Amino acid sequence: MSHISLRKLTVGYGNLQVLRNITVDIPDGQITAIIGPSGCGKTTLLKSLNRLIDLYEQARVEGQVIIDGVNIYDPKTDILILRKKVGFLSQKPYPLPMSIYDNIRFGPKIHGMDGEQIQRRIAALEKQISLDEPSLKLAHQKALFKKSRQMELLVEYYLRLSGLWNEVKDRLNGPASQLSIGQQQRLALARALAIEPEVILADEPTSALDPISAQLIEKQFKLLKENYTIVVVTHILRQARRIADYVIFLYMGELVEHGPAEQFFSSPRDERTRAYISGEIS
Amino acid sequence: MEETFFKGLMIASVATVLALLVGIILVITLRGASSLNLSMLIQTPKGGYYLGKEGGIANAIVGSIYLSLGATLLSFLFGLPIAFALQKEYTGRHLSNITRLALDILWGTPSIVYGAFGFVVMVYFGLRASLLGGIIALTLLMLPIMTRSMEEVIRMIPFELKETSYSLGSTRIETTLKVIFRQALPGITTGILLAFGRGIGDAASVLFTAGYTDYIPRSLSDPVASLPLAVFFQVATPIPEVQQRAYASALILMVIVLLVSIFSRLLGRRFSRYIVR
Repeated sequence: MSHISLRKLTVGYGNLQVLRNITVDIPDGQITAIIGPSGCGKTTLLKSLNRLIDLYEQARVEGQVIIDGVNIYDPKTDILILRKKVGFLSQKPYPLPMSIYDNIRFGPKIHGMDGEQIQRRIAALEKQISLDEPSLKLAHQKALFKKSRQMELLVEYYLRLSGLWNEVKDRLNGPASQLSIGQQQRLALARALAIEPEVILADEPTSALDPISAQLIEKQFKLLKENYTIVVVTHILRQARRIADYVIFLYMGELVEHGPAEQFFSSPRDERTRAYISGEIS
Repeated sequence: MEETFFKGLMIASVATVLALLVGIILVITLRGASSLNLSMLIQTPKGGYYLGKEGGIANAIVGSIYLSLGATLLSFLFGLPIAFALQKEYTGRHLSNITRLALDILWGTPSIVYGAFGFVVMVYFGLRASLLGGIIALTLLMLPIMTRSMEEVIRMIPFELKETSYSLGSTRIETTLKVIFRQALPGITTGILLAFGRGIGDAASVLFTAGYTDYIPRSLSDPVASLPLAVFFQVATPIPEVQQRAYASALILMVIVLLVSIFSRLLGRRFSRYIVR
């Protein structure tokens, strides 16, 4: 699991300064919620953590983001390795223009995962997933030794891990774009998990979803936090209360307050935090 | 009231377009069908410049297919990389805007200009009218059309789709070839068709560059006949039978374009199964 530290992170687009001097440590193996009103820089902060911010022409980044002891803005940092380590879920899920199966396979394929790595990965995943039937387990064990079945098994495990398997197992070769938006978001989660990240970043991952799908995503996050460091941007305060272990509150590009969720919500130190939590400002 | 007016206007517009298409097909069919027969499709002309009233226009059919297929292939080989390279990850805003402007100007350039330009170049190098010359002139005509229409489709792809691909750790090339290409495939097919249709029907660009012959070319350096020119020569004669054959030739040209059009539609539909809306 990865540890993320931000040191004096300042981000702007052109002349507009969006984040000022953010210094904070994000705890490992927990769900950290970044909250704050619209336009306070939540998404910018998130996209700074895997350098998706680089895609924006005018973006300027100062300060450091240190993941596992390495400043990711160091010119020597390999951006592809960084992004492999840090999975990302966008606000509106975008399936890749291919089948459900190929969506999951995309990551392992571009990162050149071979037979042995896949086997090792499957073995690790087996510990995370509880299969309902012992007979299924046996069948899987056998399949593992057939090279042609390894990738299928890997795809299945990731789909199980994101709670989508039972809904799509009969149409793996169908277009991913035909899934409902809630299913697409879980597909995006499975696809992100398939690149073997240690961190999962999620940008308002439930805002486009119906309540039931949203609940499913939240449930998956709670299950996944044992093995991943999860950072969720949300503007839904209730969602932060439900899932967060640690909370970071941004207001107008400034880090106002951060701390363990319980303490953050019960006894906020800053007046602005108190006002935001109580609903006086939004 | 306003609603009814605009609805009527729309229906009238659709009716006009359909009437035009049906009208053209009807006129050509009525005037050309009587002289259309198998020998017209499979024989070369008897008597130079189609004037013999006998034989067929196989030289022009095959010639046109050679010319436009060759030019389509060549345009695609250059056009697709250009269309990809105009994405903002590869080319700066100024350079890509200039390139777009250049392509738009080339798109609007009359085809006779390409023909004349090709001719001047060929004279300079001492080449004579040939299949290769025709293909190159046609490529000049088709390249801007194909590139711009493909580029337009690529530009419409949502930024978030690219972002998704990059967030999984893929490189620019992987994103372009594995994601952007697949998403743009139906549009790329349309671009190819658009250029092909324009190319196969063009007479002016091949007039000096491809030349004319009664025979089917055996190599790239042979002169080659084409359907639009066959129509032109036949219509221009004073002999009524030959004129009638001009309409038959036009009918064949239209059928080819129609077949390619329908085929690429079907292909496009197949490709669009997986695209993200």
